[in-house]
Amino acid sequence: MNLSLVDSARWPALSADVATLAYRVLAVLLLCGVLAVASEAFFTAANLLNVLRQASLVFLIASGLTLVILTAGVDLSVGANVALSACLAATAIKATGSVLLGVATGFGCGAGIGLCNGLMVTWLRIPPFIATYGMLWVLNGITYWYMAGDTIHGFPPGLRALGSGYLLGVPVPIYLMAAFLAAGTLFTRYTTYGQEIYAIGANMEAARLSGTPVRARLNLVYVLSGAMAGLAAIVYLARLNSAEADIGESLTLPPIAAALIGGTSLFGGVGTLTGTLVGSIILTLVLNGMNLLAVNANWQPLVTGVIVLIAVWVDIVTRQRAEARA
Amino acid sequence: MAESVIRGERSRWAAHLAAIPGVGYILAAMLAGFSLVSPGFGTWANFSNIGVQSSILLLLALPMTFIIMTEGLDLSIGAVLGLCGVVLALVLVDGRGVGLGLAAALAVGLAFGMVNGALVVAAHIPPFVATLGTLGVAQGLALVITDGRSVVGIGDALPALYASTWFGVPFSIVVAAAAYFVFHFLLYHTRFGAYVFALGGNRDALVLAGVRVNAVHVAVYALGGLMAGFGALLLTGRMNAGHPIAAIGMEFDAIAAVIVGGTSFERGNGWLPGTLLGALTVGVLRNGLNVLAVPSSLQVASIGVLVIVALLVDSMRGQS
Repeated sequence: MNLSLVDSARWPALSADVATLAYRVLAVLLLCGVLAVASEAFFTAANLLNVLRQASLVFLIASGLTLVILTAGVDLSVGANVALSACLAATAIKATGSVLLGVATGFGCGAGIGLCNGLMVTWLRIPPFIATYGMLWVLNGITYWYMAGDTIHGFPPGLRALGSGYLLGVPVPIYLMAAFLAAGTLFTRYTTYGQEIYAIGANMEAARLSGTPVRARLNLVYVLSGAMAGLAAIVYLARLNSAEADIGESLTLPPIAAALIGGTSLFGGVGTLTGTLVGSIILTLVLNGMNLLAVNANWQPLVTGVIVLIAVWVDIVTRQRAEARA
Repeated sequence: MAESVIRGERSRWAAHLAAIPGVGYILAAMLAGFSLVSPGFGTWANFSNIGVQSSILLLLALPMTFIIMTEGLDLSIGAVLGLCGVVLALVLVDGRGVGLGLAAALAVGLAFGMVNGALVVAAHIPPFVATLGTLGVAQGLALVITDGRSVVGIGDALPALYASTWFGVPFSIVVAAAAYFVFHFLLYHTRFGAYVFALGGNRDALVLAGVRVNAVHVAVYALGGLMAGFGALLLTGRMNAGHPIAAIGMEFDAIAAVIVGGTSFERGNGWLPGTLLGALTVGVLRNGLNVLAVPSSLQVASIGVLVIVALLVDSMRGQS
């Protein structure tokens, strides 16, 4: 009796997740099919690995952001965070020659920015979208002031391997993506922290009343989001082999788009990291396809914006249907 | 009878004084501080300068106040202004008049405002993400139609209009002042304004009262797009060209002005004079830091700090 209750509560949710994912994998296959027909350069091992490598960068940023969105919050500052973390990490590496110190700097800078976001949300009670949007511009300002138009380039091979190296014929960032997908899935599915994050997003008041330390968990997700941006900054740095103030400017919309395409609901409590991974791949396929078909790069913000709107709209229609059924 | 009315008036003024948000004190402190540290700051010429610099900001902050009062947000307003500016410049380059250019800019702005409104009201998309999406669209369109380049050669008519003075007052201040009076009248002396207050605080009551709530709500966002069109007139006149990415980030200054001015994101609490003060505060901060030769990148960061300080001051005053 008890068992059947648990099962009936568990299986619909699981099958809904699987269905969500199945649609998106189908979309990936469809996109691949279209692109393979449209461009001969698409279906080559080099290009497919390139797509995955680009997607892994988006995923690293979007994975932390997904945790924030699961709590019904949002982090608009991740792109600007990447820029500042990359520039500071680059400075640290140039000054000391130590890759490890550089990685620590980027990671620490990202996490610190995340903590500021968390405190603005939990302590000052500023709505997340406005707190992190303000943070975006503050970080932008600091980065441009700090770099003063300079470029820092030329890094030791140890760092460059992180972004452009290969292991067994597969780019290193793809391993990072797999590792963080596994760790993140374990964290969200099988730890109390993860369950509490979903609970906060589903119903913050209920979570509070049932003893979840809401403020502490919210601070945690913003710190994780910032830290992942810091990590992505290192990989970005390693791939570009240079740091400039403007590298984060094209990184504000894509991670959000990736999380939303992946089925994470802006209203909280619904979404998976696997979904975000598939979302990152879909977005990258679209942008890569535009590239292969020689569409002017000026179209990218427009297309990304439209994708965000469509993804949110699908989420809302899905919710409305689910509510109508209930 | 008359006496009680006067007393009533007086207590109303006292209430108004107590209701001045932290921004009043912050503005006064900043004016005093900048005057002390830099002799060039406290001159009439510089004050006029601040007014001119704050005018576009005020044009955007006025509708942003309405939008935020309805528990909404418009992140696209800067990008839309940029797109309107490019369209205006293209019409001028084509040899048409300023009137036609302004009409085109207003039409583009209005269209984006109405799309924003429809996304929020009809599709129920949360405002910040709906307008983040249209930000991308507007910015992308501006880049696509200009191929990422500035639109130059707009002729003399618009720059001349921008440089003109009306009874000694610079054109942009005249436009900003007119806009303020229109919005003040709209908010405090029309039924539409009452609906705007009610939309944020008590939408259900409006629905029950038979008001066409959705139309009012879309109109609030449409006003934002429209004002972006007017802002484009001033920006293009000032720069003597249309730059596709010149207005990126202006929404941040406008939102900052509204928040610093004491309008809150909850319950439809709005105060338009506060927005005027907020816009001046942001303008004074930028100008003062300019006079002190602080780079513009750090000015943006300091506006973020200003917002936090204003929120702190208000929360402390709220507790006392």
